[in-house]
Amino acid sequence: MTYLDNFLLIALPYIALAVFLIGTIYRYTNRKFQFSSLSSQFLEGRKLFYGSIPFHWGVLFIFLGHLIAFSIPRSVLAWNSQPLRLMILEITAFIFGISMLVGLINLFIRRLTTSRLKPVTNIMDYVIYTLLILQTFAGLWIAYNFRWGSSWFSTLLTPYLYSVFRLDPDITAVSLLPWTVKLHIAGAYIIIGIIPFSRLVHLLVLPLNYLWRPYQQVMWYWNKKKVRSKDTPWSLQRPKNT
Amino acid sequence: MDVRSQIAMVFHLDKCIGCHTCSIACKNIWTDRKGAEYMWWNNVETKPGTGYPTKWDDQEIYKGGWEKRNGKIHLKGTGKRRGLTNIFYNPNLPVIDDYYEPFTYKYLDLIESPEGDDQPTARPVSLVTGKPIDIKMGPNWDDDLSGTPDYARNDPNMKNISPEEQEVMFQLEKMAFFYLPRICNHCLNPACVASCPSGAIYKRGEDGIVLINQEVCRAWRMCVTACPYKKSYFNWHTGKSEKCILCYPRIEAGLAPACMHSCVGRIRYLGVLLYDADRIEQAASADEKDLVASQLDIILDPFDETVIAAAKKNGIADSTLHAAQFSPVYKFVKQWGLALPLHPEFRTLPMLFYVPPLLPVMATVKKVDNTEQLEKINPAAKKWNDEWLYDTSTKELWGTLDQIRFPLKYIASLFSAGDEEMIKDKWRKLMAVRIHRRRVTVGDVSNEKAEVTLRDAGIDAATADAIYALTSLPKFEERFVIPAAHREQAIEMMDFTGDTKGDTGFGIKSKVKRGI
Repeated sequence: MTYLDNFLLIALPYIALAVFLIGTIYRYTNRKFQFSSLSSQFLEGRKLFYGSIPFHWGVLFIFLGHLIAFSIPRSVLAWNSQPLRLMILEITAFIFGISMLVGLINLFIRRLTTSRLKPVTNIMDYVIYTLLILQTFAGLWIAYNFRWGSSWFSTLLTPYLYSVFRLDPDITAVSLLPWTVKLHIAGAYIIIGIIPFSRLVHLLVLPLNYLWRPYQQVMWYWNKKKVRSKDTPWSLQRPKNT
Repeated sequence: MDVRSQIAMVFHLDKCIGCHTCSIACKNIWTDRKGAEYMWWNNVETKPGTGYPTKWDDQEIYKGGWEKRNGKIHLKGTGKRRGLTNIFYNPNLPVIDDYYEPFTYKYLDLIESPEGDDQPTARPVSLVTGKPIDIKMGPNWDDDLSGTPDYARNDPNMKNISPEEQEVMFQLEKMAFFYLPRICNHCLNPACVASCPSGAIYKRGEDGIVLINQEVCRAWRMCVTACPYKKSYFNWHTGKSEKCILCYPRIEAGLAPACMHSCVGRIRYLGVLLYDADRIEQAASADEKDLVASQLDIILDPFDETVIAAAKKNGIADSTLHAAQFSPVYKFVKQWGLALPLHPEFRTLPMLFYVPPLLPVMATVKKVDNTEQLEKINPAAKKWNDEWLYDTSTKELWGTLDQIRFPLKYIASLFSAGDEEMIKDKWRKLMAVRIHRRRVTVGDVSNEKAEVTLRDAGIDAATADAIYALTSLPKFEERFVIPAAHREQAIEMMDFTGDTKGDTGFGIKSKVKRGI
């Protein structure tokens, strides 16, 4: 088991991160045209609602939950110190997980049964669906069988993840966890590694800058005032668009 | 005053014959590609009719354009809050069935089918799935109303017209329609630009052409919803939105856009307008009844010395100013006040103006007894036994304007946000030009009558002659006054022009720089 543990918990995260970083930067700089999800709402709009909405809101909150447990483990433990608060957290998270799974299954069925979607579907889409469904199912399974995840994540997994980021991976505690948990961890690494090769890249370009940019955008091919002014010195520098 | 220049257009609807040559010219150059087959950046609609996509001008369905709430304008269905919360699923996105599923025919079956008892047929196949389909809709399915008033009945612009009035309109002998060619309006306050979460859409400062950067577009599809004219299209194959680019490569080379160049009826005019960019928001926020006036108000007089000085200060080239002074668009829109924007109530300040059609005003159909007349005709001659008289005579000059078979209300809901007086004003002018020219060329109209009509319309004989000349006899250079792009200045600023020598052809092709 130690070889497998070493591979899944030590080698895999670094491989995944390296592939993710290099792949993403390469795709963003060289294949920018493809750096988005290929929306299929235009071809099929009704079934998408029952898949996309529960999945996306579910995954958004589940991801934030993992991120919080990773970044502020002490606060999570403090919150969980009262049983009622722990229950609220766990049940809310479980509901979002269910929502995510239902959404994914709906999306998968939609892909398989709608003939108009065939021409815009590739093999990677099926790989992504399968991976995400397995990952979500494993997550729900763990949440149901090994309670209470929000607490032991903060005490067990957060130190492990920190150690990975410190480039000094320590898997003594994590290697004792049940194999479903290890599978869930490895699944997460695989998904991270696969991001640059799939439609998942769209989550990296979430258009948050829309919030603070002005509504209207005017672009100039060149700075006219500067070009026409006699005082502008001749230069090799490109004048900036304003 | 922040003076900018805009390439604007006028379409003269009285001259449109509905031949779709413009659509074909555009399709052949730009949208004859996978994923773009269904797109018609230029399309010609029969009005009244439901249009393309179906009922596009009903913003209760599509939630496009801007709306005024508490004195400020907001995007109706998109915007920062709605756009980002609906980013996982856009509830107001038109789907392919609202346009039509593109198709072709299996022509090879006609040749390669095995010999048999039946004539081989070319079955239609979908250009999306590649499988045989039953065609439900096509481009211009409702062309010429498809022989049924059903399309006209479903026109969203009919909502202000009472059911009785509508029935009168749709009686077969009264049925009238006109053609409405539509391209991107290249608006001053574009809703598509404002709705794009990625910031991929922008308005070009030099000429006001609105473009989508295909590298930055991330398929959030908000522009498709936001454009109230439904002139931003989603390419399902590439996952990018596309729209009319006003043939900017042609414009930069001094050529007219393909749709305009090919226009058989010569209905299209293109030229420069100068406008005050500081007042865009104010103009778009006016009350609905003042919208047209406020939009025309920010268009500046290119002969005004202060405007010219401000334009020069803003770096607008002399050649552009010269083009603005000779702009046919300025003449139609400001000088003569003949052209109006389509659906100004969407508040995008469109820069494509239409001269409203007058044609249906002229005639009425009367039931008459023709027996007496028919007896006078030579017995050998062919006789028409119908009892209908297509009557183009009117007793009073403007008496018929209120009783025309094409309700004023309908035209007003298209071009003036419901202001009927504004349409009447344009029609009076168009009519006056006709009567004046009839006096000049045929001479069966009395001078007195012609003068009265001209005075009623508020124009003089010289203006009427000028309108007539630019409407009926314009040369190519008068219809399209395209300013020079002055790319040489841009190149001088960006590169040392000597460096580009040898970059192509037989020079040094690889970069000299080493390292990062």
